[in-house]
Amino acid sequence: MLDDFLVRAGLAAVGLSLATGPLGSFVIWRRMAYFGDATAHAAVLGVALALATDLPIGLGTLTVALAMAVTVAGLSARGWAMDTTLGVLAHSALAFGLVAVSFFPAVRTDLSSYLFGDILAVSRSELGLVWLGSLAVLGLLVWRWQKLLTATLSEDLAHAAGIDPNRERLVLVIALALVVAVALKIVGALLIAAMLIIPAAAARSFARTPESMAVTAIILGAVSGLGGLGLSLWQDTPTGPSIIVVAAALFAVTSVVRRI
Amino acid sequence: MPELPGAGMSLPGTALIAAEHVCVRFGADEVLHDISLKVEPGEIVTILGPNGSGKSTLLRALLGIVPVAEGRLLRRAGLRIGYVPQRLTIDRTMPITVRRFLSLPTRVTDRAAADALARVGMAGQEAEQMTTLSGGQLQRVLLARALLGKPQLLMLDEPTSGLDQPGEAAFYRLIEEVRHQTGAAVLMISHDLHVVMAASDRVICLNGHICCEGTPRVVSTAPEYRALFGLGTQGALALYRHEHDHDHDDGHPHHHRPQHEHDHA
Repeated sequence: MLDDFLVRAGLAAVGLSLATGPLGSFVIWRRMAYFGDATAHAAVLGVALALATDLPIGLGTLTVALAMAVTVAGLSARGWAMDTTLGVLAHSALAFGLVAVSFFPAVRTDLSSYLFGDILAVSRSELGLVWLGSLAVLGLLVWRWQKLLTATLSEDLAHAAGIDPNRERLVLVIALALVVAVALKIVGALLIAAMLIIPAAAARSFARTPESMAVTAIILGAVSGLGGLGLSLWQDTPTGPSIIVVAAALFAVTSVVRRI
Repeated sequence: MPELPGAGMSLPGTALIAAEHVCVRFGADEVLHDISLKVEPGEIVTILGPNGSGKSTLLRALLGIVPVAEGRLLRRAGLRIGYVPQRLTIDRTMPITVRRFLSLPTRVTDRAAADALARVGMAGQEAEQMTTLSGGQLQRVLLARALLGKPQLLMLDEPTSGLDQPGEAAFYRLIEEVRHQTGAAVLMISHDLHVVMAASDRVICLNGHICCEGTPRVVSTAPEYRALFGLGTQGALALYRHEHDHDHDDGHPHHHRPQHEHDHA
């Protein structure tokens, strides 16, 4: 069954949404959208680094994404003006990455697969990595769930309860870097943040508790993934952007339904 | 519990929490200077001071949120603190019911949650969204959450800042009721003079350092207090002053202490 590239692609999309649903909810609650962008864009630099050192692409992106995420989290903890800082870091990382990748002629033609993903070409081992990474992120979030929620609601309340908000922020940063490494193949560096934010934002319309929002985001993410795959096959459109198009359509529908 | 310098060391006498010559600095600014205080079981202590006097910082230092530059903090071993912050702004993007909020960070049973809500006058409001609560309701839910930890000490940071006057008076009555029912000590911050003083056993007047402290009556006549807050509140104080029928040990050595007149019933 896994021999079919379509089955692999579908499973990869569903696996990714297990991580992006709950993590995307935190990204929204904590207003980290731009933060997600900076981390995701840094992944392109990670691709170049991996090619230069002959390391696996996944390891390169994970390393650079983690470095970027930790840097940004450190700066924000020190009270930098995040809007500007993130704007500088996110776009510089992308530009440096694109320039660096251009030194590898073999990749040049392949560049769009890193920017927009290449879910139809997911191999068995890559599928395994997607599920492994997503389950790791999901496990991490479930394990820290109560503390993460408390720290998100109020750092002071967390402190008073003996929870270190900085540690919980670090947990989210690590989770974000993992998701970026996993999602690069599926939706590409430019649209990872969209995959985090849009399903979770759509889920907000129905949810009454943080848990229901996270679970609904997983479902909407999976539906977007499968729907985008279908759209891509039907209209021969690029798959990564198609997934986000379906997610955006779901968001629009849920927003309207909520009004009524 | 957060790491506190000296936390767990033996406390003088029966006190729950104490600060000894504590200084807090933000960069070169000394926000709090030479603060010594302690809170005994079951008493209601109010920290009073103008804006920028370091009230919130003092509470946050006692909680271990703000690091102490000098001096030390002492806590009774295993002390359970319930904290009610000044305000809680819940981002509208987060859906969360009152019931779910009460289970953070420690999960509580439905029964315990219902009891805590009933105690603060919010019975049956479990399904409400936190973001739709009024200021007074939110304060009550925050208090309910703090009570679920069965605190020996409640710490409240300007708990009534979002309330109108009747709401404020009702909230302080609630605090006193809770003290009666649970025996918890209360340490709270206020900038308002009348109602708070009536509800307190002891008032600490703060302006970067401790200007004066004592019973509400003593503090309201202290020259340091008048210098900070003016004289206009005397009439109101007389109206609100009430008698407490228990004793204080006046073991609070401090050079700013005003002349105490002992007139406890």
